[in-house]
Amino acid sequence: MIKITAKKIYIFLIFVFLYAPIATLMALSFNASRTRAKWGGFTLKWYVSLFENREIMQALWNTLFIALLSSLTAVIIGTVACIAIQKMGKRKRALMMGITNIPMLNADIVTGISLMLLFISFGIKFGMGTILLAHITFNIPYVILCVMPRMKQINPSTYEAALDLGASPAHAFFKVVFPDLFPGVLSGFLMAFTMSLDDFIITHFTKGAGVDTLSTKIYTEVKKGIKPEMYALSTIIFVTVLLLLLLINKAPKEKIK
Amino acid sequence: MKNNRLMGKLFSSPYIVWAVIFILVPLGMVFYYGLTDKTGAFTLENVTAIMTAEHAKALWISLGLSLISTVICFFLAYPLAMILANMNVNQHSFIVLIFILPMWMNFLLRTLAWQTLLEKTGVINSILSFLHLPVLNIINTPYAIILGMVYNFLPFMVLPIYNSLVKIDANVVNAAKDLGANSIQTFFKITLPLSIPGIISGITMVFIPALTTFVISKLLGGSKILLIGNVIEEEFTQAGNWHLGSGLSIVLMIFIIINMAVSAIFDKDGEGSFL
Amino acid sequence: MNKELINLVDISKSYDGEMVLDELNLNIHENEFLTLLGPSGCGKTTTLRILGGFVTPDMGRVIFDGQDITSLPPNKRQLNTVFQKYALFSHMNIAENIAFGLKIKNKPKTYIDDKIKYALKLVNLEGFEKRMPDSLSGGQQQRIAIARAIVNEPKVLLLDEPLGALDLKLRQDMQYELIRLKNELGITFIYVTHDQEEALTMSDTIVVMNQGYIQQVGTPETIYNEPENAFVADFIGDSNIIDAVMLEDKLVSILGTKFGCVDTGFGRNKPVDVVIRPEDVELVKPEEGTLHGTVTHLIFKGVHYEMEVMAGGFEWLVHSTGMFPGGTKVGIKVDPFNIPILNKPASEDEEATAIEE
Repeated sequence: MIKITAKKIYIFLIFVFLYAPIATLMALSFNASRTRAKWGGFTLKWYVSLFENREIMQALWNTLFIALLSSLTAVIIGTVACIAIQKMGKRKRALMMGITNIPMLNADIVTGISLMLLFISFGIKFGMGTILLAHITFNIPYVILCVMPRMKQINPSTYEAALDLGASPAHAFFKVVFPDLFPGVLSGFLMAFTMSLDDFIITHFTKGAGVDTLSTKIYTEVKKGIKPEMYALSTIIFVTVLLLLLLINKAPKEKIK
Repeated sequence: MKNNRLMGKLFSSPYIVWAVIFILVPLGMVFYYGLTDKTGAFTLENVTAIMTAEHAKALWISLGLSLISTVICFFLAYPLAMILANMNVNQHSFIVLIFILPMWMNFLLRTLAWQTLLEKTGVINSILSFLHLPVLNIINTPYAIILGMVYNFLPFMVLPIYNSLVKIDANVVNAAKDLGANSIQTFFKITLPLSIPGIISGITMVFIPALTTFVISKLLGGSKILLIGNVIEEEFTQAGNWHLGSGLSIVLMIFIIINMAVSAIFDKDGEGSFL
Repeated sequence: MNKELINLVDISKSYDGEMVLDELNLNIHENEFLTLLGPSGCGKTTTLRILGGFVTPDMGRVIFDGQDITSLPPNKRQLNTVFQKYALFSHMNIAENIAFGLKIKNKPKTYIDDKIKYALKLVNLEGFEKRMPDSLSGGQQQRIAIARAIVNEPKVLLLDEPLGALDLKLRQDMQYELIRLKNELGITFIYVTHDQEEALTMSDTIVVMNQGYIQQVGTPETIYNEPENAFVADFIGDSNIIDAVMLEDKLVSILGTKFGCVDTGFGRNKPVDVVIRPEDVELVKPEEGTLHGTVTHLIFKGVHYEMEVMAGGFEWLVHSTGMFPGGTKVGIKVDPFNIPILNKPASEDEEATAIEE
């Protein structure tokens, strides 16, 4: 009995630890006073002024756009890569998987500076393009990581059965193999999207002066003091994701992953 | 068959090209810049610069703080992973999501929020003084940085350990008990050894990011504490000294490579996975 | 009969509000090969796990050699279990697996080494000490699991469907191996399976279970030839189970026709079940039969022909060495000795649930 209570207390403490800052941020989004230290009364005005703040909206748009585009591209390149890797011999496969693991095992700072040096050396102008290239690069390994296990689980006979029944390879792929792969592709996409959305370090080194994502924008504001609109925006994002998760969990169980 | 091989080449080429251009070449450049000086001549001074007083100090502090954080993460995460692993099977994905959910709140803001909590007149101290307890004074100290590291990287230690614990066949544990082992013996002889792939994975996912961070130290350490990550970042963005920055990064990469080698030895099958 | 070693007394267990075992009582003797036989969900594995100590019953007691061990944890019981999927320790080699229980008991090294050699010899896997479990085949892993259990010299060996994952030939070989082991070791084997042929081959005693209740306890011959209710009759071997009316002693009406039988004491005009084995149905010329019918299906099974005959509104299953093509009109005769009469299930306790085909 004591054991069970101790376990519950422990989980509760960890839970509090994990979500304390988040609760703080949410509280601050309603803080009428600009400074973090003082509570100035409850207000919703930051939620309103948020949408009027052009810089923040631009950063939000950039962040979403980069996350979406880089994830989609990564999904395409990554899925195609998985198909190729699956067909490879053992040694080549080990080599490719090793290379794939590099961005994940490497420190973000090293990945960031290495890409920065690449762009500088080849005279590529910093901006949206370089950020996209960087994001795609670190997203692809996550896609591969999600799709490969799924690939291994698939029965190769289904593809051959489709060919046997008269389908062209492309037709067979899209109608038979891809739907089977889809859960892995979807989790790869979601993983990449999440990583891209939250990335700071790599974006920091590859963005140049003109473009900002939410993360880099926040970083520039650290010294001056974070605009409360940022807290409001983060709260909105968090609550949205929370609701989505609750919906997915309550919805009739479909096997994802 | 020939068709297959051709298809194979067609399919793998986009990724191979991408990987070469954006993974291998950039790494090569880091080595190039790190091992040359402004004139392009080969030199080791960028790498040996790690041994100067301020750089060595930064590295030393980084190693210390990241090791401590990793150890703390491990001791917090393992019991948690065990508790979660023994819970209902249906709740598996829900549990994973609960731990990923904080990641949806921006990393910088999450870390910054600890400033509010830890400040001299911050939330925690307000509560403590309300209860007439002594106040904490850890903001802008290494303790705050450790807290920030543990906070940000704890899920990365919990999930791999949880995954490897869940994979252990319940009957293997039952077999140990059946053969006479009590709970403690079962844990140390069976559960712990079988969870090693997850532990190694967890350590990898915590130690390296902790070692190389510069954001956490900037936000929670004030300007007073410089980690090796801060040093490198400043060389690149402020001093514009890419050679020195790259040289110091090469030192970091040595640690990363050691980490990868240790991983490979203990986790040959790649079982300990983050997912 | 050997002396009683284990008594299960009024064991009850529910999971999630569903009753899995309801006041189960069972006595197990020394040196007995006892099989718990039944379909999935009948409670046989739960019973085994209660014996092993991995599950605590909600009510009831487990008595072992006179002692109440109901709340004793598994590591303190003198039983050892062979698990369904072997549950070998994949991070240890074969020798370490086998030695595990002995090391826990702090046995001296020479003793352990001798025991390992002895166990490997017993299961015909000498020389396998340094191998890793994953490098062994299913059958080999199975034998190592057995070796690991028996080195601890338990009084009782519990086996949870150990042969399920093996192919037919290997399974048959292992069945003989298990009987040989039991005789050589002189201990009690408690075996769980859903395969009735396995049970009939190996057991001294079979306990047929369904839905948490014991349906019948007996030797293989008794269970096969004298099933006590329709469930047992249906589960073991094929049979024709037909509604009938017991008119009076030694006379029963099946499908409206009178048949002589040898059972007495069921009363007059009582609704009953009759169970007739397919090999006991004689097919004769229509005019010579007690019932008339037509052959609807014919399959050659090697050992015999299997036919289905529609007679009296019931599809009879018939095994015969004689062949009657489909469409033939035939007569059915059954020797009175081969018509066992069973009471209809009186309560949920005896309710026969036919296996889903």
